[in-house]
Amino acid sequence: MTAAPSRRDYSLIGRDARLAVENGLSAAEWYHTDIPRKQIKELMQRSDGPAIRDTAIWLAALAISGAGGAWFWGSWWCVPFFFAYGVLYGSSTDSRWHECGHGTAFRTQWMNDAVYQVACFMIMRNPVTWRWSHTRHHTDTIIVGRDPEISVMRPPDLVRLVLGFVGVLDAWHAMSDMLRNAAGNISAAEKTFIPEQEQQKAIRIARIWTAIYAATIALALYTGSFLPLMLVGLPRLYGAWHHVMVGLLQHGGLAENVTDHRLNSRTVYMNPISRFIYWNMNYHVEHHMFPMVPYHALPRLHALIKHDLPAPTRSILAGYREMIPVFRRQLRNEDYFLKRELPPTARPYREEFHNDAVATAAE
Amino acid sequence: MSDWVEACAAGDIDEEDVMRFDHGGRTFAIYRSPDDEYFATDGLCTHEKVHLADGLVMDDIIECPKHNGRFNYKTGAARGAPVCVNIKTYPVKVDAGKVLVQIG
Repeated sequence: MTAAPSRRDYSLIGRDARLAVENGLSAAEWYHTDIPRKQIKELMQRSDGPAIRDTAIWLAALAISGAGGAWFWGSWWCVPFFFAYGVLYGSSTDSRWHECGHGTAFRTQWMNDAVYQVACFMIMRNPVTWRWSHTRHHTDTIIVGRDPEISVMRPPDLVRLVLGFVGVLDAWHAMSDMLRNAAGNISAAEKTFIPEQEQQKAIRIARIWTAIYAATIALALYTGSFLPLMLVGLPRLYGAWHHVMVGLLQHGGLAENVTDHRLNSRTVYMNPISRFIYWNMNYHVEHHMFPMVPYHALPRLHALIKHDLPAPTRSILAGYREMIPVFRRQLRNEDYFLKRELPPTARPYREEFHNDAVATAAE
Repeated sequence: MSDWVEACAAGDIDEEDVMRFDHGGRTFAIYRSPDDEYFATDGLCTHEKVHLADGLVMDDIIECPKHNGRFNYKTGAARGAPVCVNIKTYPVKVDAGKVLVQIG
């Protein structure tokens, strides 16, 4: 399905970027549910225990599934092993990168840093570039021209969305960016959110990664087998589907250019396996409102503030049932979006926080 | 040298916690360390002007509530991205159960 040309300019150095700053949408004051200091302090407390347990399970599952895939390589028996390995490599790392980037998974900072570096490599996100892009994402969540992490721009490119489930475009862009950075080139857009003193680190990491991928490809050529690439690199494609499936639900189909996470983020109830893979980021309104709260405390945070939030989406399937019709309608009218309804117990939206887009929201 | 300004009572801050103190149109963060010492810094993060008093104190570290940037609140040193610029610290003393800050 082909969409009409967008009236929005999502470029970080374009018209809407400038307008967002001029209109006060950038680095704005955001809505927060009131929580007594004692309670939020308790929720913010860090602990190594849950993340050590979950990381041990994750690494053990990676090792077992990877070894199984390699052992049965050449027979159909390798398929279920690589299915699991792919998700653990190409999807679990999305949440590990994210949570350790916030520094909240572990109390001990070197543990956050170690898992962050490993996860970034697997998910193919430069740890320097993405740390700063995610900082911007939290400052200017779904603000057009400011947020570098808007995954579904309007009107939605449905072909790109579908290809995302097999990671083709992501991996292509990641490899292109890696090679460009390795050549010492930081793009104009990257320069808008990576401080100058950090840019050299992004280049150094890109060069290390390029060497690792070159060695993997050389090993595959030397052995005449795809197996090395099935273990390093390709899982980012064949295992990407889960992180894309849950990631699109974070903000897909919701409002842009508002400064209330209740309007532009979605909390979705999920099964325990997806929550383990996703490290509870299904509580996405809660995460954005209080990014200091570790993943393992998000269910408790949700219970505490759900009276002030839109009703959570009941399942992944329910999320897609509400999101896909919005995407289809945005092909005809890119201003259309899903306006979240607040329960009677919630503090109302502060309309003065929002721009004209809210007033034209489709009910 | 400026006068000492009363910020709060010593018992107003829990151990390993922080509170906001506004004075003369400026905002400060007053800390009580796990070993029961008091410290003060500017109240806003040097990264994006967020109130540090809404953050989390862990040992010698204050973590900003918006982007998880970190400072050593005893020295003001920036200790973790996205914080790159140190934060200003102020002398603090406790006198007759009151926390006093020397605001320059």
